[in-house]
Amino acid sequence: MSTAKVSAAPRRRRKSKLGWNLLGLLVFVTAGFPVYWMLNTAFKPAKDAIDPDPHFFPSTFTLENFKRALDIADFWGPVTRSLLVSSVVVVIGIAVGLLAALAISRFAFRGRKIVIVGILAVQMVPLVAMIIPVFLMLNDLGQYDKLTGLIITYLTFILPFTVWTLRGFIVNIPKELEEAAQVDGCTPTGAFLRVVFPLLAPGMVATSVYGFIQAWNEYLYALMLMSQQNQTATVWLSNFITKNGTEYAPMMAGSTMMAVPIVILFLLVQRKMAAGLTAGAVKG
Amino acid sequence: MSAADTTTAKVPPVRQSPSSGSQAGTPAPRGKSKSGAGIPWLLLAPCLLVLLLVLGYPLIRLVTLSFQKFGQPQLWGFQEAESAGLSNFTNILGDPEFWTVVLRTVLFAAGAVVVTMVLGMAIALLLQRVSSWVKVLINIVLVASWGMPIIVATAIFKWLFDADYGVLNWLLSRIPGVDMIGHNWFASGPQGLAVIMLLVVWGAVPFVVITLSAGLTQVPKELEEAARLDGAGAWKVFRYVTLPIMKPILVMLTTLSVIWDMGVFPQVYVMRNGHPEAEFQLLTTYSFDKAFVVNDYGTGSAIALVTVLLLLGVVAVYMRQMLKIGDVE
Repeated sequence: MSTAKVSAAPRRRRKSKLGWNLLGLLVFVTAGFPVYWMLNTAFKPAKDAIDPDPHFFPSTFTLENFKRALDIADFWGPVTRSLLVSSVVVVIGIAVGLLAALAISRFAFRGRKIVIVGILAVQMVPLVAMIIPVFLMLNDLGQYDKLTGLIITYLTFILPFTVWTLRGFIVNIPKELEEAAQVDGCTPTGAFLRVVFPLLAPGMVATSVYGFIQAWNEYLYALMLMSQQNQTATVWLSNFITKNGTEYAPMMAGSTMMAVPIVILFLLVQRKMAAGLTAGAVKG
Repeated sequence: MSAADTTTAKVPPVRQSPSSGSQAGTPAPRGKSKSGAGIPWLLLAPCLLVLLLVLGYPLIRLVTLSFQKFGQPQLWGFQEAESAGLSNFTNILGDPEFWTVVLRTVLFAAGAVVVTMVLGMAIALLLQRVSSWVKVLINIVLVASWGMPIIVATAIFKWLFDADYGVLNWLLSRIPGVDMIGHNWFASGPQGLAVIMLLVVWGAVPFVVITLSAGLTQVPKELEEAARLDGAGAWKVFRYVTLPIMKPILVMLTTLSVIWDMGVFPQVYVMRNGHPEAEFQLLTTYSFDKAFVVNDYGTGSAIALVTVLLLLGVVAVYMRQMLKIGDVE
């Protein structure tokens, strides 16, 4: 950028921006199309969905598909069960995870590295590999088809995640704040409760919501560990798909009901989460 | 819950007794205090206990199962599980179908990871160059596809690619000379898996883009500027300035992606209506089928164990990177 180019630069930049923007819009349309098509199919009459000439803009707006989706199989039972499981898992995960996160981020102790490696390693075990022993274990414990069994199982992936994410948030809070509070006469616990905890609260909320979403979206364990009568929300939706002769329009309505609340929740916390997930990963 | 409560309740008294006097001058309890050693373990106890119960035990069970003959009679408790020695392993390792599945899984995961990372990097770089309103639009779409339950995404893609009424066949048929009406994407394994790969990538790209975007803000502008003044083109600046700085994040994201994409299950399972055909089998569905369809839990466990061992190398790389990050504190 020498001074000679200054006058020409803005015009050229505007031109090149236009190209980038067009490319950006292409990304927007391509990546957004599946979501748009779900909503489009959900709100148009079922007969339009199977029209050989697809209607890209719903001309008639109907809630018929939603009614049909609710009629095909009980919806509120599975949703209640999913809500219950996800909430309990998150409460336990945050309570237990916070203590562990404090230990690995605020204390130096022998074995700290091993604990960190362990918690990370646990996250690396593919859930699918664990389904066989977990299924047999719950069978032995008489916890098959019980919500408690599902809750216990979900802790395997929620807990490591909460520990690691909360650790990221705690690390971002300067130690000096706590130290200053202690110099001013707080006990270490008092300093934590009065100084760190309020700063940590938004991160904890974000972690809770994110953990909730993870538990809500889980499919394999929910499918294998619960019977048809006690299925959860994700399994409810997959029943639509695996039934012979899928009714796509009600299925998209069901998908909309499943996804929209979750995506909205996600929108609310994702910025905060991105900060927590990358804490310490990028240090300039 | 109760475990957590009791520990919090216990922490203050332990903490206060020695520290109140001796530590007035050195507030940072960084390990050197006499009593400090017990506290972190006390804080960790509930977490470690839960993990041992819900993860440690099943893992051990997985290993023992893979050396046992465990089928329907054992499941119902009619018979004790009997030791099978190494026969589960010799059976699967001697089975050509198993190796086909391994190869297919590796190719599938590698393809998904490469496409995810390249697309993710490209979109992250693009986001730096577009106007802010385009940025907002792209971000909304990214978050929406990221937050989508996998089952919902799978349902949508099944609908998009439907042979008779799928909008994609119709769209492709708009191209002159292309007739895709009634084309069944799942008639052949490779084509069907390509669709599933697309679905996996669509769900995975947002996380990569958002993480890389955060990383790109850390690349010092002066460095890029200096490289440009030295006459480096856009590609060279990216290759020799941006990429080296981004390396730790890229390593972390790549290893995570490998682990996730090797563990793809619901996408295949639901796309194929709960019964994936032979040419759609990946290690995850293969192990699942052996256990729950054929009721051969021993063999299923052995396959799962081999999958975990395959991933260990990748995990080791990830660990090293994360520990480096953990030490930054």
